Amino acid sequence: MSFYETTFIARQDLTPNSVEELADKYTALLSELNGKVTKRENWGLRVLAYKINKNRKGYYMFMNIDAPADAIKEMERQMRFDENILRTLTLKVDTLEEGPSAMLVPKGRRSQRQFEDNGSEE
Amino acid sequence: MEKTYRSYKSCPFSGKDAPKIDYKDIKLLQRFISERGKMLPSRITFVCAKKQRELAKAIKRARFLALLPYVAD
Repeated sequence: MSFYETTFIARQDLTPNSVEELADKYTALLSELNGKVTKRENWGLRVLAYKINKNRKGYYMFMNIDAPADAIKEMERQMRFDENILRTLTLKVDTLEEGPSAMLVPKGRRSQRQFEDNGSEE
Repeated sequence: MEKTYRSYKSCPFSGKDAPKIDYKDIKLLQRFISERGKMLPSRITFVCAKKQRELAKAIKRARFLALLPYVAD
C-alpha cells in the first residue's frame, strides 16, 4: 500500500451534491479494491486559470488515499472515461498530510502568526 | 510579501520557520511568478537552487490543475 494525493476537477454545470456523489463513487471503488480514502476536501467551485474543454469554472475535489497501485490505476482509468471530470492529478507522496491543506487555510492568518513568532524570538 | 523586502539575502524556503513548498498553496506560489504568469528567476527571489527546483515543480503542478495560469494576459 502506498500513499497518494488525488485532485480532480469536475464540470461546472454539475450540482454540488453530484460532485460529492462523484467522490463517493470513487471512494467506494477504492475500498472495493482494498484501498481507503483517509481525507476528502471539497474546494468548491473555482474559476479555472484557463479554459479546459471550454469550461471556465470547475469543482475541485481533493483526496488523500492509501491504496495499492492497482487500485489507483483502475481509478485513474475510470476517471479518464468519466465525462464529468475535466482533469485529474494523482501524486505519490511519502506521508499523508493531516488537517486541512493549504487551499483551505486562509493565508492571511497564517503569515500573521509566523510574523508574531519571529518577533518574540528576536 | 514581507520576505521580499528584507534587507539580507537568504533563501525564503530555508531556515526553521520557512514555509513548505506545496502545489496547493497558490497564495505562496503567486509570489514567485511574474504578472504574466512566468516563474521569477532565483537571482531575483534569492531562492536557493535546491528549493528553486522544488518550487518549479510545484508551480508546474499548480498550472496543470488550472490553479495558476500558463500565460496570464
